Amino acid sequence: MAVTASSNAAWAGARKDLVAGWRSRELWAHLGWQDIRQRYRRSVLGPIWITISMAVTAVALGILYAGLFGNPLEQQLPYILVGFIVWAFISGCILEGADVFIKNEGLIKHLPAPISVHVYRLVWRQTLLFAHNLIVYAVMLMIFPQPLDWSSLLAFPAFALLAVNGAWIALLFGMASSRFRDLNPIVGSVVQLTFFLTPIVWIYEDFLNSDNPTIAERARLAEINPVLHYIEIIRRPMLGQETVWHHWAVVVVITLVGWAVTLWAMRRYRTRVPYWV
Amino acid sequence: MVRIETRQASVDFPIFDAKTRSLKKAVLGMVGGNISSDDRKVPVIQALHDIDITIEEGDRVALVGHNGAGKSTLLRLLSGIYAPTSGSAHIEGRVAPVFDLGVGMDPEISGYENIMIRGLFLGMTRKQMESRVDEIADFTELGDFLAMPLRTYSTGMRVRLALGVVTSIDPEILLFDEGIGAVDAAFLEKARDRLEELVKRAGLLVFASHSDEFLRRLCTSAIWMEHGRVKLRGDLREVLTAYKGRDPWLDDAASRA
Repeated sequence: MAVTASSNAAWAGARKDLVAGWRSRELWAHLGWQDIRQRYRRSVLGPIWITISMAVTAVALGILYAGLFGNPLEQQLPYILVGFIVWAFISGCILEGADVFIKNEGLIKHLPAPISVHVYRLVWRQTLLFAHNLIVYAVMLMIFPQPLDWSSLLAFPAFALLAVNGAWIALLFGMASSRFRDLNPIVGSVVQLTFFLTPIVWIYEDFLNSDNPTIAERARLAEINPVLHYIEIIRRPMLGQETVWHHWAVVVVITLVGWAVTLWAMRRYRTRVPYWV
Repeated sequence: MVRIETRQASVDFPIFDAKTRSLKKAVLGMVGGNISSDDRKVPVIQALHDIDITIEEGDRVALVGHNGAGKSTLLRLLSGIYAPTSGSAHIEGRVAPVFDLGVGMDPEISGYENIMIRGLFLGMTRKQMESRVDEIADFTELGDFLAMPLRTYSTGMRVRLALGVVTSIDPEILLFDEGIGAVDAAFLEKARDRLEELVKRAGLLVFASHSDEFLRRLCTSAIWMEHGRVKLRGDLREVLTAYKGRDPWLDDAASRA
């Protein structure tokens, strides 16, 4: 390992951090599991609580909004459920991402590990939470069967894309908010606002095809929200809806741009993180 | 090869908290339309200046100096945690830093699980730790307590556990910051043998301590830090004599006589 002020700026350093971090899989995988078990230690049901809370939220909101919008429950509930599960992953990566280095201050200052280790641990933990929530999805499929077909397998690459994006977001936001502590509350508010702007409880296509041209016009604005595209690439295959490729295109472009910016930031500021936390 | 080399390495800490006051000043100052660029700068603490150190494989270096002289920061520079803000630091070899026996320990999980996690943090693999866990358990003498959550342990018991893990690893570069206390004397004697074995296994050692006795048992050369600079580097006896103002070896002879 070479640490030089002049080579701080080297791309190699940023790449090395990511690769070396990935190699310590044993460490972050273990810690990710530990985080989940830790949260439910001494509770009788343990991590199944993750599943239960998701089920309760989705069912309650499903019934509520099916009534409010006048939609059939078998349409509204699966939509809200899948949307919620995906949203939990996305918002988890963003919110915890903004806190990832600050929260691991002790480890960062005491152990010379790549900073990416903390990010991999976070994304892995969120993936495990997601897996727990998939149980609710599986139960839902039994009650409200969806027209799944081969294109439903697209949910797997879609989730992979979500995870890859979760990593850059956590790295970038984590670095920025360890330097500028005001970012953390800002991120919190923006994420909460985004939840309402994203079609999770309201069905995007219903508004898009609305008879009222003003509402249809407004609904089109939702496309500006990047989270919409992330949700759509995975929700559509999970509900057996047809694939809409422009959502994929948007996500791929954001992924590439996001990682480019993150690598640039890592190149310049990665070694500053221990000074900032 | 195991080696550490630093050239004119400096470490400056930005102190952002101190800026909050001056930020307010900056905003207020803006109204008056008069802020110099200096006012806006984040205050900096210069912790280390121009550190030129080469430590080769086999070296056993003691790190001495008063509180706040930069010993801990230097150890963090040598471990690669802090990249130098100017100059360079090259570290070749796997670093096992032992700065704080408590870091990476989780009070809610059992002693056994903590042994595993702490080992993984120190760069060991799961397999390696699984093969060593029994031996560590023996050494700690904690018995059935190892299945209990760490929060039920006394301070001394925690130190035993931490020392058990730390002394079981195979480090290439061992960086030790004094944090050994709160252990009963009989246990310390036992830990000392293990520490000595650990040091023998390590490729190189840097040990920051205020205990002459430990340093004399484990180290051969020394670095004396003062105000963030290397004041003296050389043979252990020579440096300790200069630092203490008297020769600790002669003290011993005197007390024995």
